[in-house]
Amino acid sequence: MSGDPLLPLPYVVTDRAPETDDTVTLRLKPVRLTIPRLRPGQFTMLYVRGVGEIPISISGNLSVVDGSLTHTVREVGAVSRALCAAPVGTVIGVRGPFGTGWDLPSACDTDVLVVAGGLGLAPLRPVVLAALAQRWRYRRLILVVGARTPDDLLYRRELDEWARREDMAVVLTVDRPTQGWRGQVGFVTEPLSWLALDPSATTAFLCGPEPMMRFCASALLRRGILAGQIRLSLERNMQCGLGQCGHCQLGPLLVCWDGPVVNYAAVGALLTIKEL
Amino acid sequence: MEILDRDGLNHLVDSLLATGHRVIGPTVRDSAIVLDELSGGAQLPDGWGVEVAPGSYRLRRREDMAVFAHSAGPQSWKQFVHPARRKLWQTDRDGEYVPAEEDRTPLAFLGVRGCDLAALGILGQVLGDGPRPLVIAANCTEPGGLCFCSSMGTGPAAGPGYDLVLTELLDPHRFLVEVGTPRGARALLPVPRRSARGPEVASARSQVASATGRMGRVMPEVDLRTLLRDSSAAQRWNDVAQRCLTCGNCTMVCPTCFCTSTEDVTDLTGQHAERWQHWVSCFEIDFSHLHGGSVRTSAASRYRQWLTHKLSSWYDQFGSSGCVGCGRCIGWCPVGIDITEEAAALAAERSGSDARA
Ligand SMILES: Cc1cc2nc3c(=O)[nH]c(=O)nc-3n(C[C@H](O)[C@H](O)[C@H](O)COP(=O)(O)OP(=O)(O)OC[C@H]3O[C@@H](n4cnc5c(N)ncnc54)[C@H](O)[C@@H]3O)c2cc1C
Ligand code: SF4
Ligand code: SF4
Repeated sequence: MSGDPLLPLPYVVTDRAPETDDTVTLRLKPVRLTIPRLRPGQFTMLYVRGVGEIPISISGNLSVVDGSLTHTVREVGAVSRALCAAPVGTVIGVRGPFGTGWDLPSACDTDVLVVAGGLGLAPLRPVVLAALAQRWRYRRLILVVGARTPDDLLYRRELDEWARREDMAVVLTVDRPTQGWRGQVGFVTEPLSWLALDPSATTAFLCGPEPMMRFCASALLRRGILAGQIRLSLERNMQCGLGQCGHCQLGPLLVCWDGPVVNYAAVGALLTIKEL
Repeated sequence: MEILDRDGLNHLVDSLLATGHRVIGPTVRDSAIVLDELSGGAQLPDGWGVEVAPGSYRLRRREDMAVFAHSAGPQSWKQFVHPARRKLWQTDRDGEYVPAEEDRTPLAFLGVRGCDLAALGILGQVLGDGPRPLVIAANCTEPGGLCFCSSMGTGPAAGPGYDLVLTELLDPHRFLVEVGTPRGARALLPVPRRSARGPEVASARSQVASATGRMGRVMPEVDLRTLLRDSSAAQRWNDVAQRCLTCGNCTMVCPTCFCTSTEDVTDLTGQHAERWQHWVSCFEIDFSHLHGGSVRTSAASRYRQWLTHKLSSWYDQFGSSGCVGCGRCIGWCPVGIDITEEAAALAAERSGSDARA
C-alpha cells in the first residue's frame, strides 16, 4: 500500500447499532491494513462509495487494540445518511487519524469535568472510558450531558451504568423532558453554575454546538476556572484532513491540524468574532 | 556570468525539449500573454507588452523586441504544479482504491519572475514539494502598473529557488544568464554562449535595481500581519462588501491561492467511482458549509477572510505572507478592487482609531 495520505484504506462495517432516531454507532474492521492507532479526540475521514467523504470523530474505547474503529454518526446530509444506513458488510474507505487529541493524561491529579451537548458526547466518550480505565490517575470525574429530549441521549444504557457508579458523578439534562424523566431540565450550561467544583484543579473537556461551548466556557470562567484549563473540540468544513484544502480555517488556525481539540485560551477571542 | 543572444534562448528551449522536458513559457493567445507548452523559442512573445489597470488588461506592441517585458498575465504557474482539476483515485472493486496515474514528464518553466518564483515556493510549503520543475527565472526590468513585488520582498530580482536566471538586455538584444544550481548549469551546457563583459553585468544590475522604483503599486509601510490580525472589526469590510461581487476571480488568478474541494462521482452502473479534486474559492458560500449553515455568509466576512489570510494568518499557518505582489487580483477583479488600496484604507482606519484611543 502506498503512503498516499489521500488514499483510503478499506474497512468493513461489522456492527451497526442505532442510538437515537437519527444517530447510529458503527463498528468497522480493517479489510487488510489498519490506519495508525487513534487518540481520543482525533477523527478519521470516512468515505462511502460514490457518495462522499466526511470527518467523523472516534467514539469507541481506545484501550481495545483489535484494529477496529467505532464511530457514532448523526444523519444530517448525503454522506452521513449513507453512513447511518450502511448495513453490516458495507465497505467504507477510511483515512486518518487526523487532528489533535484531548490529551487526557495531562489532566492527571485534577478533577476531570466532561461537558457534552447532543452529539458532542461521541468524541468525549473515549475520554470518559479512558478516565475510568485508569481511574486512580484522576481526582473526581464529572460528566454533564445535555440533549434536546431524553430520546436524543446517546449511549443510554452506558449513561445509566455510569450514573450508578460511586467513582463518578453524572448529570443529565434535557431541554424538553418527556414523562418519567428524572434528570435535570434546562440547558447544559445550568448545572455548571451549581455543581461543586474545585477551580484550582479542574480540567474541563467541552464538545457540542459552538454556542453551547462558548456559554459553557463563560460559565466555567465565572466559576474561577482559567481559560487554559478548558479544552474544546471545534467543527469546520474539512475536505482533506491534511491542512491543504483551506476549508477549516478559523483565523490563524487550520482546525484539522491545530484542532479539532483546542485550548480555550487560544481560541476564546476568535470564537467571539462573527463569521470568522 | 554569461551571455545568450536571442538565438541562444531558442537553443535553450530546443535542448530542454530534446532532453524530454515539457517547456512552459509565455506566449500570445486570445489577446493575452498566457503560459503554455512551447514547441520552440519562436513562440515567445517578442515585442509584446501589456497595459494593465484595475479591472483591465490589454496587449500592446512594444517599440523593441523584448521577450520578458510584460507583467503578470491571467494565469500563473500554479496551474502546472497544482492543476485546476485532477483525479485523485478511482475504485472499480469494493475496497480497492487505485491512485490516478501522474504525468511524470519533467517540467521546465521559462520566464518565471521573482513574484511568481516566490509563489511557487509558497505553494510548495503549503502542498508539500512534488517533483521540482526546472526553473529559468527572469529578473524583472519592466514592472507593470499593478505590480508591488518590492513591497512584498519578492522582486524585482528573482530570489532563491531558480536553476537559471536571465536578465534581458536590449541594443543589442541579449540575456545575461546566471546559474543557480548544478541542474541549471547542466541545462545550459549545450547552449552557445559567451562570457559576460563587466559593463553588461553592471547594466543588467542597474536595470533591475531601477525597476524597484517603477512599481505601479505599493503596500502601506506598516506591519501588514498585525494590521490585518487586529482589523477584524474594521468598518472598511462593509465598504468593500458594497463593491465586491464575491465572484472569486481574485482567488483563481492568485498564484498562491490553493484551496480545493473534493468531488465523488460514479458511472451509471455505480461500479466505477472516482474522486476528484478541484480549485475552489473562499468567496463561495459553500466554502465554509456546515450542516447548520455556512460560517461566512456575508460578503464582508468572505472578503475579510481572503485578505486576512493572504496578509496575516498565512504567516501563522505557513510561515510567510500569502501575497507576493504580482497584482493579478487587481487586474482581474471585475470591479477593480485593489488589494493595496484596501490595505492602505485599513491602515488609515487603524491609525485613526489608535489616534482617538
Ligand atoms: C473534526 C470533526 C469531527 C466530527 N465528528 C462527528 C461525529 O463523530 N459524528 C457525526 O455525526 N458528525 C461529526 N462531524 C460532523 C460531520 O462531519 C458532518 O455532519 C458531515 O460532514 C455532514 O456531511 P453530509 O454529507 O452528511 O451533510 P451535508 O450537509 O450535505 O454536507 C455536504 C458536504 O459538506 C462537506 N463537509 C465537510 N465537513 C463538514 C462538516 N464538518 N459539516 C458539514 N459538512 C461538511 C462534506 O463534503 C459533505 O459531504 C464532525 C465534524 C468534524 C469537523
Ligand atoms: S493576493 Fe493579489 S497581488 Fe498578492 S499574490 Fe495573490 S494575486 Fe498577486
Ligand atoms: S475582490 Fe473582486 S475579484 Fe475578488 S471576489 Fe470580489 S469582485 Fe471578485
